[in-house]
Amino acid sequence: MSEVRDDRQYTETHEWILDNGDGTYTMGVTDHAQALLGDMVFIELPGEGDEASAEDEFCVVESVKAASGVYAPADLEITEANEALDDEPELVNSSCYDDGWLVKFKADGIDGLMSAEDYTDTLD
Amino acid sequence: MKHTPLYQAHIDAEGKMVDFGGWEMPLNYGSQIEEHHQVRSDAGMFDVSHMTVVDFQGVEAKKFLQTLIANDVDKLKIQGKALYSCMLNENGGVVDDLIVYYLSDEDYRMVINAGTTEKDIAWINAQAKGFDVAVKPKLDLAMIAVQGPNAREKVFAAIPGSEEVAGELKPFNAASLGSLFIARTGYTGEDGFEIMLPEKSAEFTWKMLLEVGVRPCGLGARDTLRLEAGMSLYGSEMNDEVSPLEAALTWTIDLTDEDRNFVGRKALEALRDKGVKKTIVGLILDGKGVIRDHQKVVTSLGDGEVTSGTFSPSMGKAIALASVPMGATGSCEIEMRTKLVSAKIVKPPFVRNGKVLV
Repeated sequence: MSEVRDDRQYTETHEWILDNGDGTYTMGVTDHAQALLGDMVFIELPGEGDEASAEDEFCVVESVKAASGVYAPADLEITEANEALDDEPELVNSSCYDDGWLVKFKADGIDGLMSAEDYTDTLD
Repeated sequence: MKHTPLYQAHIDAEGKMVDFGGWEMPLNYGSQIEEHHQVRSDAGMFDVSHMTVVDFQGVEAKKFLQTLIANDVDKLKIQGKALYSCMLNENGGVVDDLIVYYLSDEDYRMVINAGTTEKDIAWINAQAKGFDVAVKPKLDLAMIAVQGPNAREKVFAAIPGSEEVAGELKPFNAASLGSLFIARTGYTGEDGFEIMLPEKSAEFTWKMLLEVGVRPCGLGARDTLRLEAGMSLYGSEMNDEVSPLEAALTWTIDLTDEDRNFVGRKALEALRDKGVKKTIVGLILDGKGVIRDHQKVVTSLGDGEVTSGTFSPSMGKAIALASVPMGATGSCEIEMRTKLVSAKIVKPPFVRNGKVLV
């Protein structure tokens, strides 16, 4: 039912992470997560240059139903936050893998991610 | 789980079904925010068949209802006229809130909440002992609420004969059309009808409404609409432990007739004389975020609690109803997640008939 893309990896907490191949990563929430949360109304993102330690809550996605923290998958430094979400949080619903990405960051690798196949298995 | 006669229609419309007090009901059909705007700008419909209709018939029907509920049905003189009221326990707490329709002095129709139906029926039957009245729960009736500025026109287009009987109805009045009971009432702050009908007619009527462009809306939109309209929800703003005097529902209590000893009256008068300590107000969040149920509210007069919090699609801001110390005004702070966030205390409603009022 939920879309899972093969070109990226996944966390147990329903985020996707795309390795950009230049030491930076792009992160967002999965289709499963956005459907579960419902209509997004506010997305709180860190600023460029902000640092976070692994497991810090560094973004909050807030829907009509609940506020949900997004946790840093590794020690990281933000290179870009998706400012379009300030005015259009609903992009996370309509385009969670493309226009609705949350942040880009630098990190020295990320441990413990799942492949698309393994993530799909957790959704059953 | 229990299903309404419109269950299949919800599945066909890809409703996201959830457990609502034992009923499998649609939370939304894709986007509850779009459904909300649909009702504010055009017309949407809600399956509210899980609510219960109870008819009261007999020579003492009026006398019984004057004892059972806190508002006075003696106000009702015109056939079809509706009255909002609470039904209280002996301590003055709210057993349920309800609407009662007048058909004659010996015939009334009441609509009660879904989640409280069993408790209510048991309570009503216990109170009815000694009265010459038949209490008849009509569990075979479905109910569809059609709401929005274009709701009435669309109902007239969808249901043959409805304009003839309901075209001239004033707000808070109802009329019968064969086995249909059409009431100009609702829970959204918009114009429209609540239509009670036999369950076997429900699916057909729903389809006719779909054909004239009335869009199905789920419980998610129903809650944001009623909250913007400043309407109370049983179990949130009031319950068995909360008096209507503490829930900004004093207007629903009628103490005019001193001889009318309705259940809970003594407790209400005692609380009034002692002084009511809290009330329900509206809150608007200054910044970003969404106010959630049960968050702590800090006012200059003491602490309170959010009873219903949400994001208002019409205002683009978080709003709430909250129980706070009586007399609290101005600004306050809400404990949201880990921080205190500033908010403004206002008098509901926030939105009525498509217009933001605060």
